Amino acid sequence: MSSPTNMYIDFQRVVKSAWKSFFRDGGMLAADIFIMLLVISAATSLLLLNDLSNFLAAELQKKVDISVYFKEASLESDILTLKEDIEKIPEVKGVEYLSKEKAFDYFTEKHSDNPILMEALIEVGVNPFLASLNIQAFTASQYQAVADFLAKPDFKNIIEKVDYYQRKPIIDRIFSLTSNLKTAGILFSIILAFISILVAFNTIRLAIYNAREEIKIQRLVGASNWFIRGPFLAQGVITGFFAAVIAFFLFFSGSFLVGAKAGFLFTGFNAFNLFMSNFWLLIFVQLLTGIGIGVISSLIAIRKYLKA
Amino acid sequence: MVKFQNISKIYPACPGGHPCVALDDVSFEIKPKEFVSIVGRSGAGKTTLFRLLLAEEMPTQGEIFFDGNDILNVKSKHLPLLRRQVGAVFQDYKLLPNKTAYENIAYIMEIIGASDEEISRDVSDVLEVVGLKNRANNFPAELSGGERQRVAIARALIHRPKVILADEPTGNLDPYNTSDIIQLLLKINEIGTTVILATHNKEIINYLQKRVITLDEGKVIRDEEKGRFVI
Repeated sequence: MSSPTNMYIDFQRVVKSAWKSFFRDGGMLAADIFIMLLVISAATSLLLLNDLSNFLAAELQKKVDISVYFKEASLESDILTLKEDIEKIPEVKGVEYLSKEKAFDYFTEKHSDNPILMEALIEVGVNPFLASLNIQAFTASQYQAVADFLAKPDFKNIIEKVDYYQRKPIIDRIFSLTSNLKTAGILFSIILAFISILVAFNTIRLAIYNAREEIKIQRLVGASNWFIRGPFLAQGVITGFFAAVIAFFLFFSGSFLVGAKAGFLFTGFNAFNLFMSNFWLLIFVQLLTGIGIGVISSLIAIRKYLKA
Repeated sequence: MVKFQNISKIYPACPGGHPCVALDDVSFEIKPKEFVSIVGRSGAGKTTLFRLLLAEEMPTQGEIFFDGNDILNVKSKHLPLLRRQVGAVFQDYKLLPNKTAYENIAYIMEIIGASDEEISRDVSDVLEVVGLKNRANNFPAELSGGERQRVAIARALIHRPKVILADEPTGNLDPYNTSDIIQLLLKINEIGTTVILATHNKEIINYLQKRVITLDEGKVIRDEEKGRFVI
C-alpha cells in the first residue's frame, strides 16, 4: 500500500510525464484537440439549439390568443366584470381589454399611411370597431376550457363573437409544430452526441494503440497499471481542457459577432444574450464533455493492454 | 536465486498450425552472484526461458522459483514488484521512444518511488558508468545501437536489481560495442549482481570462461562451469 506522500509524488510524476509527452508530439496533440473541439462544439450547439427552440416555441405561443368581441350595446362595466371572471380561470395566463376607442386609435395609428383605409373610415362616419378582450392561456389545450366558459348562456347578450373556433386549427398546428420541433431537436442531439463520442473515442483508441509497444515495455520494467494508465488519463484531461477553452472562446466571439444580427431570423432573438444567459452552464458542459470523454475513452481503450 | 524445475512450455499453435515444444522438462538452478550464459540455436528456447522468468508467459508444466518464491503463484497485481527485482536487457533495446536517455533510466527510479534527489544523483552516476553523460538529453532515435544498448543496461541496473537478464544484448552491435557491453555486464557481476546472458556469440562465451547452459530443441543438453560454446 503506497503512503499518501508516495501517492502524491506518483501523481506529480504522472502529470509531469503527461505534460511533457503532450507537447513532444505536436501533430498528435493538434489532432486530438481538434477532434475534441468538434465534440465539445456539438455539445454546445445542442445546448444552445435547445434554448433556441424553447425561445421559438415561447415566441410562437405568445402570438396565440383568442379574442372575444362584444356587442355594440354592451356596457363597459359588464365587460370588465367578465374580464375579472375570466382572470379567475386557472388556465388563463392573462386578459387584455381593448375598448372601442382604443381599437379605433390602434387601427388609425397602424394604418395612418394608408389613405384608402383612412378614407373608408371617414366614409363610415362612426367608430365601427367593437370592444374586445384578448385572452392568453398557458397551453393550447387550455383554450377549449376558456371557449367553453364563454359559451355559457349568461354571456349571450353581451358577446358578439368568439374567434376561437376560426383560429382553432392554426392554434393546434402551432402547438404541434413547437412540440415536434423539440422532439426533433432532442433526437438530433442524441444522434450527433453519439457520433461525436464515437469519433473521439476512436481517436483516443488509435493513440493508445500506437503506444501499445511503449505500454508493453513499461509493464516489463515493473510499472504498476496505474503508473502506466496515469499519463494517458492526464493527457485526456489536458486535451479536454484545452479543447474546452478553445471552444468557449470560439462560441463567445461567434455569438458576440452575430449578436442581435440574428434578430432578422427571429424577432427579438440575440445570439450573445443566449450565450451569456447560459454562461456558467456552457463552461460546465464544455469542460465536462472534454475532460469526461478524454478520461473515460482513455480508461476504456487502455484496459486491454493492461491485462496480465 | 533462480530455479527452473521440470519446466515445459508448449505453444498450442506454431507456424504451420501444429503445437510446438519450446521447452521440454528443463531444470537448473542459478546461485546468487553467478554469471551464467545460456546458449543455443535460434528457437532453442532461450528467449522463452527469459519470458517465463519475467512472468510474461506461464509454463505448461513445472515450477519457477525466484529468490525462494514460486513465480506461478504471484498474483497479477504483485507482478510489477517481481519485475522490479529483475533488470532486463533486450536485443531490440526496448527503450521508451518519447523519453530521453536520462528519462528512460529515471523512469525505473520513479516506478520504485525514489526521491527526486536520489534519481538525479543515481542517474548521473550510472550515465557516467556507461559512458553516456553527454547523451543524457538525447532521445533513443538520436542514439547509435551501442549507445541505446548502454542506456538499456543503465536502466536495467539503476535500481540495483538482484538479477540482470540480458537477452542477446549484442545481437545488433558491432565488435567494438559488443566488447563494451560484455565488459559492462562483467563489471555489474563483480559488484554482486547475478547475470544471466543469452547469446549466439561463440567468441563471447569462449572469452567469458563462466558457466554455460546449452539448450537444444528445448532441452538442456549441457551445463558446465567454465563452459565453451559447443553446439
